[in-house]
Amino acid sequence: MRDIRRREPFRVRHMAVGPLRRDPGDRLGGGVASGVAAWRGFNVTSVRIAFVLITVITSGIGVALYIAGWLLIPARDNDTSIAAKARGDAKGIALAIGLGTLLIFVLLIAGLFNDGWIDGWAWPQVFSAAGLILIWRNAPAEEQASLRHLIEPISAAATATATQARFTVIRLVIAGVLLIAGVSVLATAHESLALLRPLSAVALVVAAIVLFLGPWWLRIARDLVVERQARIRAEERADIAARVHDSVLQTLALIQRRADDPSKVVQLARLQERELRSWLFEGKAPGEDGDATTFAAAVRQIQEDVESRYGVPVEAVTVGDCHLDDNLNALLAAAREATVNAAKWSGASVISLFAEVEPGSIQLVVRDRGQGFDPAEVPPDRKGLAESIHGRMTRRGGSATVTSVKGGGTKVALTMPRTPAKTQPSTRSSA
Amino acid sequence: MSASQPTVVLVDDHGLFRSGVRNELGRRVEVVGEADDVQPAIAVIEQTTPDVVLLDVHLPGGGGQMVIQAIKPAHPGVRFLALSASDAPEDVIAVIRAGARGYVTKTISTDELADAIARVASGDAVFSHRLAGFVLDAFAALPEAGPSAAGGQVRPSFDPELDQLTTREREVLRLIAQGYTYKEIAKELFISVKTVETHVSSVLRKLQLSTRHQLTRWAAERRLA
Repeated sequence: MRDIRRREPFRVRHMAVGPLRRDPGDRLGGGVASGVAAWRGFNVTSVRIAFVLITVITSGIGVALYIAGWLLIPARDNDTSIAAKARGDAKGIALAIGLGTLLIFVLLIAGLFNDGWIDGWAWPQVFSAAGLILIWRNAPAEEQASLRHLIEPISAAATATATQARFTVIRLVIAGVLLIAGVSVLATAHESLALLRPLSAVALVVAAIVLFLGPWWLRIARDLVVERQARIRAEERADIAARVHDSVLQTLALIQRRADDPSKVVQLARLQERELRSWLFEGKAPGEDGDATTFAAAVRQIQEDVESRYGVPVEAVTVGDCHLDDNLNALLAAAREATVNAAKWSGASVISLFAEVEPGSIQLVVRDRGQGFDPAEVPPDRKGLAESIHGRMTRRGGSATVTSVKGGGTKVALTMPRTPAKTQPSTRSSA
Repeated sequence: MSASQPTVVLVDDHGLFRSGVRNELGRRVEVVGEADDVQPAIAVIEQTTPDVVLLDVHLPGGGGQMVIQAIKPAHPGVRFLALSASDAPEDVIAVIRAGARGYVTKTISTDELADAIARVASGDAVFSHRLAGFVLDAFAALPEAGPSAAGGQVRPSFDPELDQLTTREREVLRLIAQGYTYKEIAKELFISVKTVETHVSSVLRKLQLSTRHQLTRWAAERRLA
């Protein structure tokens, strides 16, 4: 339902409650950005953009920072960080140091061949790579699963079927050629004769990487989206289940217990119907009624009150809507009186309540097919009609016409001029 | 088709409701088929070509209008009466615009339902109080154009005549919204029941043929609301 979605934001943003924690529930990498966002009350996306900007400005230190965050900040609902666990992992540390040294050597050699700008970007990645190894070995099982996802290309190449494998191999070969071409151009560009050469070399390298990893990245991104949608759907379902339980199931239970009292059953059913309707179509949670602020809502309130108090169904139809003012409040009070009268005295099985908001005035008709009465026979001391309906209306410039035939029902037609004000085009009708 | 015993196909995804209606209407109409979704409904209707299809606005496989759209071209004689328990106005209007001859709520009494089916079978339109409200709402003049301005401010449109309800049609709709029967309306307005039926049919025609963007805008606004 659209209304539910509207009221259930994508992810509730909460201000710092408790310490800084990574949020693996909303992650692209380790959930560091969303953790920081939740901690400080920022928007996740802005934090992510900030990370990327820092990375670009500091030539790659941002990545190392992120990895450090991943290592040092514990995941939500967890008190120990990965780093704490990694301290006991001698083999992992050895591996990390080993890879780090290897990378340093490679970089030193590469550094000899160009003017050093690769180094700026690459040096922090020595730390990143080492950190990733520690994370890989020590992260909680769930995070490991998603990491495994990230390096799937390598393992997939080994396990893929024949045709898939052929595709993969072709792609990898092209990627490899591009990579070698790009790196060799880069490596020989230390004189930086023209700006064009390193640029095209970078383009080659990027193309190679995209070719190499692109399909998996796409899949990972898609999986992330699917996972997120599934979670939202689950939350929505839980929300609906809770509401259905609170309202519909409770009412059904009541109806079963009151099965011997038809009028009570009808009353319960109608109450429930209205509640569901206002939830489904107006996005109003049961119980969050409050005071009506528009005319149509106020008419609905009359309907509800009379139905629940007197057990007579009221079929209310409103056309148009507008904001309430004193005139309209008087009109509504008169309408309520007329409806209550019909419910109490007419004996009709159903009361019609029709209201139409027009540019210049508002018409409201309360009608029943009950026993009717002779207006002339109503004793003058009976306040209901004279004061509550006629008086209220005429004092505000409106009018009330009561037509009643003995045995033929009663019709109370109320007209109230409108003070020029803003209309509200969005309207409701309900039964 | 016999006027006294119209043949009816029930399309509703609630078996309980179908059997209830079948039981209650048993003697008044001839129920020749049932279906619980769009595709089975199309199959049953094509097979039996009933006079009237009692069509739920909401079906699991899509809106009731999908059934109408599938059947109408090949079987123009099959008439549709939409019914539902509770629906957003734009859905109800969509079914009507697809070609249903009327709309009633599921809380309708058996007598009234049988009456409505007979009416639809004979080519008339049936408006419940709620549909009348929706239609008045949908055709409600723009803020500056009340019913009094019917001749004055006409929005640019394909056929302006289809975009406005006449004063009489408006009156009839108002009375329907107040729960009047056609007979009572005839008495109230000093016209014949036949004339009331003509007015209602003409409103239905306008509702179905109007190209006015306002109707679309109205629906869009409702959707946003």
